[in-house]
Amino acid sequence: MFKNGLIFLAVLMFTVSAFAGNNKNSIQIKGSDTMVNLGQAWAEKYMEENPGDFVAVTGGGSGTGLSSLILATCDIAMSSRNIKDKEIALAKQKGVNPFEIKVALDGLAVVVNPANPVSKLTLDQLADIFTGKIINWKEVGGKNEKIVILSREVNSGTHVYFKEHVLRKGDANGKEEFAPGALLLSSSQAIADEVAGNSSAIGYYGMGYISSKQKHIDVAKDEKSEYINPTIENVLSGKYPISRPLFLYTNGEPQGLIKKFVDYSLSKEGQDIVVKTDFVPIKK
Amino acid sequence: MRKFKEFIIEKLILICGLASIFFVVLIFLFLAKEGLSVFKSVTPFNFLFGKSWYPISEPPQLGILPLIFGSLLVTLGAAIISIPIGVACAVYIAEIAPLKIKEILKAGIELLAAIPSVVLGFIGMVTLVPWVKSTFHLPTGLTALSGSIILAFMAMPTIVSIAEDALYSVPKSYKEGAFALGATHWQTIYRVLLPAASSGIVAAVMLGIGRVIGETMAVMMITGNAAVIPQSILVPVRTLTATIAAEMGEAVVGSEHYFALFAIGIVLFIMSFIINVTADLFLHKRR
Repeated sequence: MFKNGLIFLAVLMFTVSAFAGNNKNSIQIKGSDTMVNLGQAWAEKYMEENPGDFVAVTGGGSGTGLSSLILATCDIAMSSRNIKDKEIALAKQKGVNPFEIKVALDGLAVVVNPANPVSKLTLDQLADIFTGKIINWKEVGGKNEKIVILSREVNSGTHVYFKEHVLRKGDANGKEEFAPGALLLSSSQAIADEVAGNSSAIGYYGMGYISSKQKHIDVAKDEKSEYINPTIENVLSGKYPISRPLFLYTNGEPQGLIKKFVDYSLSKEGQDIVVKTDFVPIKK
Repeated sequence: MRKFKEFIIEKLILICGLASIFFVVLIFLFLAKEGLSVFKSVTPFNFLFGKSWYPISEPPQLGILPLIFGSLLVTLGAAIISIPIGVACAVYIAEIAPLKIKEILKAGIELLAAIPSVVLGFIGMVTLVPWVKSTFHLPTGLTALSGSIILAFMAMPTIVSIAEDALYSVPKSYKEGAFALGATHWQTIYRVLLPAASSGIVAAVMLGIGRVIGETMAVMMITGNAAVIPQSILVPVRTLTATIAAEMGEAVVGSEHYFALFAIGIVLFIMSFIINVTADLFLHKRR
């Protein structure tokens, strides 16, 4: 009776491995939600031009992508933040060698409801709002309303970037944290929806999500500097203070099919797609 | 040959039966192995009673008290809403409703159980959340109350169908005896049937609550997920389940954060184990 079971298992394993072995022409890409649209646009155009190849793109967050790269369940990880030392150490342990390719830039837009009279803030004010030091809109020139802070979940590269560059002002040893009362939402779209329907909410996400239902805030480095719009030109010129690079990570230097795809993303067509998906190209 | 076939089939079924127990044991061992490692870096006391949950900071702060309170508050709210409605509904179906209405109600409740939780969460997000916000004049509608209301919908089918079953299995003679003594229909229900079925009803409630405390998707979408100890039911909360679901993807395998999430899994496991055992005790008392 055990024998039967064993034979069944063996057959099952054989079929599974046979299917798994068939994937030579496919690339699995996983990671940053910010980059999912971009990755998918690349994949579509790439597959149009290379009909034999198959590229699958899924989101989940930068951390999710990097941990799947480490566990070798994806070929390319998309990340909206640098890989952490801890992650590199872990990858080395598992025999994976993360290789970083910068593919685009992204401006992080801070958004409020269009009914909110506040339209510009300094980085200090933003930090105070998101850490919970400023709790009422009237302290920054708005209505007498409690501020509702919206943030992404901790698995998001956007969350990490915003904490490090706005809350902690780039100081890696900073101790500032998001106010414990901050609402953690699981996607940029959820933040966009909540901001659109809530006059006292403030949130942040990649420039690509800005629509007419939310109002973006002009941001200044400090009180003396000018307040800057989150536009492609301002990110490219480095004037807009909250912008970040977007990366692809591969295991070792990309080779074969993976190299073909990475090269495509950096090609002129690839970078045109970057502009079309509202990010900022790294090459002109 | 025939005997041999019988033998094989019998043993195969036996293995299927044992497999469920085997898997539960395996799951628990795995949970314990991964989860207990967190106590190398944080004491059990600080883990259970710590007030701040900042898992990705350096060093991470792993206190799950706000999460426990979040889960308990949402569950309590759901229980308060779903128990009276669920039990009343069961009484109506079992005792009062004419046959036709009974059939329709039963089908409707089964249908309610069939709605996926993510759909309920989505409906809650676009309808309930704005309603809660404007009704209670809150800064945001993503609150424990919204979560409780949606979860009450999810607990109701369990409560109704098991409580109805319990009422149905009260011996006919009890009812006839009550009528013979001149009791009205309502007096019979209130004084005779409900007490007679009480253990089954408690079990129904416990199983309903068990369903609620383990629910993830809907609460993650509508409770706001802010890790603060709630002062009222009208503030955002973060539940144990939502924390695991939201953060497991990010947690680096083998990090403190990763182990802490498994430890949260143990806490959840223990909570729902207690609830299920209580329900089981009541169910057996009935027999």
